Amino acid sequence: MSAVEIWTWSLVLLTFGIYIYIGYASRVGDTKGFYVAGQGVPALANGAATAADWMSAASFISMAGLISVLGFDGAIYLLGWTGGYVLLALLLAPYLRKFAKYTVPDFVGDRYYSSTARTIAAVAAVFISITYVAGQMRGVGVVFSRFLGMSIEVGVVVGMIIVAFFAVIGGMKGITWTQVAQYSVLIIAFLIPVIAISAQLTGNPIPQLALITSDLVPRLNQIQVELGFNEYTQPFANRSMIDVIAITIALMAGTAGLPHVIVRFYTVPNVRAARYSAGWALLFISLLYLSAPILAIFARTNLLESLNNKPIAEIQELSWVQSWSRTGLLAFEDKNGDGILQIRGPKATDGIANELTKLDNDIIVLSTPEVAQLAPFIIALMAAGGLAAALSTASGLLLVVSSSLAHDLYYRLINPRATEERRLLVGRIVIFGAVVVAGYFGINPPGFVAEVVAFAFGLAAASFFPIILLGIFDKRANSQGAIAGMLVGLIFTAVMILMMQSVRIFGTAEPLMGNFLGISAQGIGTIGMILNFVVTLIVSRMTAPPPAEIQELVESVRIPRGAGAASAHD
Amino acid sequence: MASTRKVAVVEGGEEMAVAYWKANIRLIGILLGIWFFVSFIAGYLMAGIFNNISLGQVPLSFWIVQQGAIMTFVVLIFVYAVVMDRYDQRFNVHE
Repeated sequence: MSAVEIWTWSLVLLTFGIYIYIGYASRVGDTKGFYVAGQGVPALANGAATAADWMSAASFISMAGLISVLGFDGAIYLLGWTGGYVLLALLLAPYLRKFAKYTVPDFVGDRYYSSTARTIAAVAAVFISITYVAGQMRGVGVVFSRFLGMSIEVGVVVGMIIVAFFAVIGGMKGITWTQVAQYSVLIIAFLIPVIAISAQLTGNPIPQLALITSDLVPRLNQIQVELGFNEYTQPFANRSMIDVIAITIALMAGTAGLPHVIVRFYTVPNVRAARYSAGWALLFISLLYLSAPILAIFARTNLLESLNNKPIAEIQELSWVQSWSRTGLLAFEDKNGDGILQIRGPKATDGIANELTKLDNDIIVLSTPEVAQLAPFIIALMAAGGLAAALSTASGLLLVVSSSLAHDLYYRLINPRATEERRLLVGRIVIFGAVVVAGYFGINPPGFVAEVVAFAFGLAAASFFPIILLGIFDKRANSQGAIAGMLVGLIFTAVMILMMQSVRIFGTAEPLMGNFLGISAQGIGTIGMILNFVVTLIVSRMTAPPPAEIQELVESVRIPRGAGAASAHD
Repeated sequence: MASTRKVAVVEGGEEMAVAYWKANIRLIGILLGIWFFVSFIAGYLMAGIFNNISLGQVPLSFWIVQQGAIMTFVVLIFVYAVVMDRYDQRFNVHE
């Protein structure tokens, strides 16, 4: 066993032990504890839990890699996945906390006094969360197989057992406190390598300062141009401006509308705490999001400098090249037979072919400590951090699946007379079932996992965000308007994504539709959201206003007083 | 259930609640205006112009969309929380 493997095993076992202990210590006995952690989570802790909930395997493993390829245009993820918190903090979170129920479909169903609206919301929440969670379980499997030499399948099963343990016995309470621990693990794991590489490359250990004061950016721009790529900082080199704007808005509104994020704000003691905990959440998230783009620059520079114009025999000796070549995520080919690896971009004019034939985005973060020759301990820490990111997001999503099915559909619609014990039992059974389904998709992923993530954000932006916003800010919005708006937003967005991604989803030769007015599948949720707003506003005004008690409900959620006393125990 | 559905009874109830909501909407408008300007105007629409200005060694728009905007977002949320604390007290709708 290598030093890296010993460290990885030790850290993984240690952190998993901590998660299991916390899950056991936070076991719950009622539905309020199970769904909203008894509404007793302090603002700061909820901020950390939200940050872990939010930052998925994709944020941790893939995002810096994506940015390093996109350069300036990587802003779509950076702005999109942080700017949504401003919308959440100012427009949704405080009022939903005042409303004081268990789920997002609860709000939609009560505010629009309609079982139809509740059902649409619950089905959308389950669909969004299941598509999202499959990617997380896959991420767990990938980390296990790369760092511990297990098969992806065994890795997924181990991850399932851990998540099932603390989610089934601890519900939201267990998930919350485990997420606080997971946030600590993932942020330490992400920052230590970035700081170490920053000191190594620039002599300044604070990456955000090194970015401004050192010659990092000019140097990378120069290398990029020499090799025939666009300047790293050039705007809109990969996507048009209109598409960049649409994608950013869709990711922002999608972030604010994702049920597993919104529901975290139900767990704090009062409205004031909901406002502050949104601030803490974004502060904690920004520690990673302000570092990832700099890691992207380090990684791109390191990679180009350590591979380009180097003898291939020498490159093949590098241990990180060997391990990643085996996974098929990294490949090169000596096309001109000179024994030297040449890397060239699309704008190269010297007639030399690009010989780096495959470089998967996911390698960037996970290989960086090895490329920079950091200690085995740090490499192992990356593995533990990736697992923490994937497990924390998976558990938050599974709780949404469980609450939508067991609370919104079973209790509120099918069997309103169910006893407290029975509701808790159903919640536990459903969350266990959801873990098994997620694990199945992790082991047998549909071939288009990356494409369905566009679904999750697009659908959240086109359904929940406008409906909840209008539910609070427009007293006139009624059930007819909301149902019509949600359906138009959901159907438009789903049809557009299916048509634009038809090559991967249906296997057609060409996409049924390339783009919509220059907007790609990732940004189409923005148009769906606008349609939802317009349809809801117009239909609401053409039909009868909501009943008086609903207008009173809207007035009550606008005012903080009384949130502490409120409860869902009817 | 009934208690959660009624507007909290406060001194001069209705009017204070209306004034509180107006103040809240104005604050949200100002903060979202800054949010929009930083992300979409300074970051994207003016990228061609702002990228000719440098912040240290980095083109300005690039720095805004990959660093500055995120820092601004964090500040905006805390500003909202702090100002709303004051409004909660002033309009007597605090918890």
